Amino acid sequence: MIRHLISAGDLTRDDALLILDTADELARVADRPIKKLPTLRGRTVVNLFFEDSTRTRISFEAAAKRLSADVINFSAKGSSVAKGESLKDTAMTLEAMGADAVVVRHSAAGAPHRLANWVRGSVVNAGDGAHEHPTQALLDAFTMRRRLGGTVTGQGLDGLRVTIVGDILHSRVARSNVLLLSTLGAEVTLVAPPTLFPVEIGGWPCATGYDLDAALSKTDVVMMLRVQRERMNAAYFPSEREYSRRYGLDAARMALLPEHAIVMHPGPMNRGVEIAAEVADGARSTIVEQVANGVSVRMAVLYLLLGGLEPAQPATTAPPAATRGVSA
Amino acid sequence: MTTWLIKGARACGGDPADILIHDGIIATPDGQGEAQVIDADGLIALPGLVDLHTHLREPGREDAETVETGTQAAALGGYTAVHAMANTDPVADTAGVVEQVWRLGRQAGHCDVQPVGAVTAGLQGARLAELGAMADSAARVRVFSDDGHCVSDARLMRRALEYVKAFDGVIAQHAQEPRLTEGAQMNEGEVSGRLGLAGWPAAAEESVIARDCLLAAHVGSALHVCHVSTAGSVEIIRWAKSKGWRVTAEVTPHHLLLTDDLVEGYDPVYKVNPPLRTKADVTALRNGLADGTIDCVATDHAPHPLEHKETEWETAAFGMTGLETALRVVQHAMVDTGLLGWADVADRMSLRPARIARLAGQGNQLEPGAPASLTLYDPTPREAVDPASHASKSRNSPFTGMVLPGRVVATFLRGEPTVLDGKLA
Amino acid sequence: MSMPAGSPALAGYKPVLDAADIGRAVTRIAHEILERTRGAEDVILLGIPTRGVPLAGRLARCIEQVEGRPVPAGSVDITMYRDDLRMRPARALGHTDLPAAGIEGKTVVLVDDVLYSGRTVRAALDALNDLGRPRAVRLAVLVDRGHRELPIRADYVGKNLPTSQREVVRVLLAEVDGQDAVLLGEARDQAGRRDGTAARGSHEAPATKGAQG
Repeated sequence: MIRHLISAGDLTRDDALLILDTADELARVADRPIKKLPTLRGRTVVNLFFEDSTRTRISFEAAAKRLSADVINFSAKGSSVAKGESLKDTAMTLEAMGADAVVVRHSAAGAPHRLANWVRGSVVNAGDGAHEHPTQALLDAFTMRRRLGGTVTGQGLDGLRVTIVGDILHSRVARSNVLLLSTLGAEVTLVAPPTLFPVEIGGWPCATGYDLDAALSKTDVVMMLRVQRERMNAAYFPSEREYSRRYGLDAARMALLPEHAIVMHPGPMNRGVEIAAEVADGARSTIVEQVANGVSVRMAVLYLLLGGLEPAQPATTAPPAATRGVSA
Repeated sequence: MTTWLIKGARACGGDPADILIHDGIIATPDGQGEAQVIDADGLIALPGLVDLHTHLREPGREDAETVETGTQAAALGGYTAVHAMANTDPVADTAGVVEQVWRLGRQAGHCDVQPVGAVTAGLQGARLAELGAMADSAARVRVFSDDGHCVSDARLMRRALEYVKAFDGVIAQHAQEPRLTEGAQMNEGEVSGRLGLAGWPAAAEESVIARDCLLAAHVGSALHVCHVSTAGSVEIIRWAKSKGWRVTAEVTPHHLLLTDDLVEGYDPVYKVNPPLRTKADVTALRNGLADGTIDCVATDHAPHPLEHKETEWETAAFGMTGLETALRVVQHAMVDTGLLGWADVADRMSLRPARIARLAGQGNQLEPGAPASLTLYDPTPREAVDPASHASKSRNSPFTGMVLPGRVVATFLRGEPTVLDGKLA
Repeated sequence: MSMPAGSPALAGYKPVLDAADIGRAVTRIAHEILERTRGAEDVILLGIPTRGVPLAGRLARCIEQVEGRPVPAGSVDITMYRDDLRMRPARALGHTDLPAAGIEGKTVVLVDDVLYSGRTVRAALDALNDLGRPRAVRLAVLVDRGHRELPIRADYVGKNLPTSQREVVRVLLAEVDGQDAVLLGEARDQAGRRDGTAARGSHEAPATKGAQG
């Protein structure tokens, strides 16, 4: 693995499998009386959250603490950033505090890339604008593997059919998932109204379509993305009602899914818009376990980046894919 | 005033010959007496370059550039005249502000500063600015532009085109349909889709150019298109010219060389408006400049202080510096590729821009009787671009570290040297 | 015959124990465990990955054969508790598999193939500490090669094998390597032995000792 985790595209298949297998082992920590491992004792992990996100921040915090790391939380509201301090100055402050890892969530795509120029530690992207959210994709893949693939060490998602539905254009979850799932051998299909697709998507390693019903009968996983009301005001779709009718997963559409298929959602959900309440709470929904899996996967990422002298090298590594977008 | 004898220069790439400068003009040797000699063996002599599009930032943003430092940069780039865009603070929308900028240029003395007047008051796009007053002022404004903003209201653009006919003015449009580019960060295409950055579609530029060409034709006025950046725009301008309409156009050096895949590292040094586009666009722009569809090269020199570029992409300022690298980039992209000869370079970087700007005394052939405003350029050295060595106050050059050919050796403004031996005189 | 990835060439290794020797050692240890625990009541065998795990499995089957009663066997991975984590890139984890009854109040017998510096066993004790509170912890190893760096000793030893620190002990087990053998050789690959790390499962090396010899 390289020093930073900024894009899911930075991970080779071996890197990704190493993370998933490690997360499998670390998941058991949750079942122990003492939910702690000493491995990152003395390491400092900074949660640098410029965007509000209690759920993701708590997940990273729990992951770091279970590995005995020290956690410093920095949220933009009410901080020096709110008073106009630049990203660079914030980074310099963290450097001075000796951060071994900076977990950063920012509304601007590319913020982790800038940060990587200014800090010596590892940068973990917890979501940068519409660009990527690699640990979300990792926990999604982990969930799919557990539910549908068994936990054979070293096994990928080859041949698994995954359909992702929603605002692809603005979704960092979609981008990271497309990259990671195709690396792991899954077949990905994206479904959305035409306005919510990027204009030139032909080069992406996935299929695309406008028709949700056609896609549902041929998929093993359906992942619903949150759709924001503001998009309606910018004319991406006429109304929530029409969006829900054409692209929402309700009980009727559930019947189109194969028996074994699972329903996923990165959260937070708009119940009644992209996903019906009874679907979200149904047995085939993985939404709750995705949260628990998030902690295991983030523990794996932090361990593999910080647990040794350098980030882990999987046993059968080919040189990692060209680190697109990361300046050293 | 010193008499200068430039020995063995290749005027516009022609055969080596001597150029005598006496009393501010190019003279025929006629017993003028003692001359300072410059050995110009191997050097190209070009008429002083004329930039139709520069941001000198003064008044208001002196932390980024001043008229003094900006014109120093211009002289070092071989320029003898620059057009200072109106998006200063206060905006150059009155006779008072344009005269201030014009005076600062005369005081600095490194090159002529011709202020550009705003089309609309405060660049707000609502009402016409006092174009007549600016035309009649000491600055004698002829080029008007809201550059930075598009004059997007169709009726207002029509009125502006009509109004300037009274004093042979020209409206220079920054073509960018605002409704299609709200929050836009980079060219809309394959790269923007991957990077998750809001896209700036080519159609937002092309649709405005098409509309403005039709309007200019309808009212019989002159339109100049700033910083053309797409293949489609070149085609539209070619079509408009084929109809005999009075449309002229400029292209920046960076749009002749750089493409949007450079954005992949999210380094804001590549953030510019209009954005870097695709290889196909670069090719079309080069061909357009070569066949004259695009009349000239204009730098759109846009200096920014470090803190506006050393930040996350979305909050970074748009713009690149360009005065000191322009000729080198043009040599690299157009001359060394065989698309333009040096005589063509003189045409695109001096003669035509001066004509478009209605600027007397600049953009003349290097013949006896012409004002001695010229630049001597050595096309042979190859060196990496180092903004730390630039005269501009700002360092935001997208060519940093790139090895480019050429070096401006000397620049003369009406017989007085502004640059000698590659350094400010 | 399958060799562990990255092992030095086996030419020049001499066999110290063959398959039959190993079989006998396992049987003897199984009997010793039964004797000292009075019939392996409340005993759990936990192998340390990699090769401690199949050894624990063999011991469990042996004990079951003799006593007629199954003995729970599992594994405890010690990677996260190693004291040399920061000396190399982060390592992949082994598998921890505790029997359903847990270790609370039980006699845990840790099983490993080679006992060397003792650091692996110390790490295993720390791992057990976070998993519960056994009544007692015992240690069973196939080979004890000496050179302890910590006050740790084995309760059950298959073979005492005095070695010099220049030598390398390789344990091969059918479940992992396709054959059973214990081999002794000179270190060819100095770098692998000097940085204080163990090729996982084969043996432990002492902490950095500096130049060879």
